[in-house]
Amino acid sequence: MMADVMTVLWKELKEILEFSGARSGWLRLALWFGVFGIFLPLQMQEEWLSSPIVLYNWSWFPLFVVSSVAAGAFAGERERHTLETLLASRLSDRAILFGKIAAGVVYGWGLTLPSILLGLVTVNVVRWQGTIQWYRPEIAVGGVVLSLVAALLGSVLGAFASLRASTARQAQQTLSLINMLVLFVPLFGLQALPAELKEQVWSALAGLDLTRVVLIALAVLVALSVALLAATLARFRRARLILD
Amino acid sequence: MEIALRTESLTRDFANVRAVDALTLEIPRGVVFGFLGPNGAGKTTTIRLLLGLLEPTAGRAEVLGYDTRTQADAIRAQTGALLEHNGLYERLTAEDNLEFYGRIARLPAAERQARIRELLTHLGVWERRKELVGTWSRGMKQKLAVARALLHRPPLIFLDEPTAGLDPVAAAALRDDIAALVAREGATVFLTTHNLAEAEKLCALVGVIRQGRLLALGSPDTLRVRTGGPQVEVVGRGFTETVLARLRARPEVASVATQNSHLIITLQAPVETAPLISLMVNAGAEIEEVRKGKESLEEVFLTLVGEEDERMKAEG
Repeated sequence: MMADVMTVLWKELKEILEFSGARSGWLRLALWFGVFGIFLPLQMQEEWLSSPIVLYNWSWFPLFVVSSVAAGAFAGERERHTLETLLASRLSDRAILFGKIAAGVVYGWGLTLPSILLGLVTVNVVRWQGTIQWYRPEIAVGGVVLSLVAALLGSVLGAFASLRASTARQAQQTLSLINMLVLFVPLFGLQALPAELKEQVWSALAGLDLTRVVLIALAVLVALSVALLAATLARFRRARLILD
Repeated sequence: MEIALRTESLTRDFANVRAVDALTLEIPRGVVFGFLGPNGAGKTTTIRLLLGLLEPTAGRAEVLGYDTRTQADAIRAQTGALLEHNGLYERLTAEDNLEFYGRIARLPAAERQARIRELLTHLGVWERRKELVGTWSRGMKQKLAVARALLHRPPLIFLDEPTAGLDPVAAAALRDDIAALVAREGATVFLTTHNLAEAEKLCALVGVIRQGRLLALGSPDTLRVRTGGPQVEVVGRGFTETVLARLRARPEVASVATQNSHLIITLQAPVETAPLISLMVNAGAEIEEVRKGKESLEEVFLTLVGEEDERMKAEG
């Protein structure tokens, strides 16, 4: 099955690259690298290399990036009338699904890693201190691993939403809503807490071992991904996909 | 005789519609089978059932010896398909589209490249293989989709209205390409169409479907015999009631009708027409031209549909 997954991945990446090569694609990439590789590191400066909040960014950003391509995984094929021919091929359900999910992961993670590096360059350029400043090890490793798992979650979520959506836009709207909830609920939720409780939460967070936080976050993201993957596989029915 | 596909009382219901109604047919290997019917007759649903993309409500089907319910993967591995939509990726080049389906079929790289070149060259689009498919005309896209269906040399190919939406020139060119490719590859073809001239040109065996029911199955000639005999068209003057009455009295004549200044005589069976011409001349008719011909498939189709309508009216 691996060869079939790689075949689907090859096609998906070809289509994504062709789409990214268009003017709108370049603008999107420029915006992505500009915000997450330059603007935010400029705002946070040295904090960008050591603050645990950066890990939250690297967990959320891939979800955001992946949603733009994952939403089209099935809905886009349905919209462009290519889905039925794909389903009439010898590819198994799993090969199609895993190939599309893998493409989202490669795209999301593939954009996140250069952004992590670009952030490092930005901070060093504006706050040069004679030697290169590096990410704190837990932040570097956590950022790389968490962004990978977040890209996986985003891609699975995209495939799940895309299976029944009639258009890629419809699937993307669903994913955007989820992304907004992931982004804003923790931020505004924390803000809405009474001052005393908020203080307690902050001190509790500050007292946590960062490695443990990363591991817990990883476990949660992996568990969510596996559960969603199982639900997506259960939802994948050729007859339904054609008749929808 | 080896059978390519066989259905037994194959039925598929949707919410309020019976799309395929107790379809029973057998198609031998190596023939081009034309599945004729108007829009909404159940042709596309039949293809989906045969590819195992939809489950039948009742009945069963075997394609290349595989059961569509339990061995659909094997069927899809050994068939090629050009479905209702061409299914081409418009953001990819023509070459990449074939490369993708060649990889899916697990053709080795060298064979894949050679086969892509062979098909695109044969269809006259090799020079344009690096262009994005989205920039191509509809006729060229259909050609590419046919090439994709043939890529892995499947023993059975499904073509769902391959010339639909093409202008007459592009449609004729594609029909020629299909005929040439199929003859060269020796595959069995299951072709749906509502274009009867297309079926007449390409198909050795035809089935007529309407509202999910198979009305007739056989070679075009067999269907002509079943629905009406050979015809003689006579051009001239003086086709009086006396002439018509004398013709109708002959045992070999099934029916006589006038169309403009033409007389259409339908015969019970292929017979010599000279005695009929003599009879008409002796009765006072002036004859300029006599054409012997067969009923067109279109006339056969309309006769079958008319019979079905009458049967349904009779059943209430």
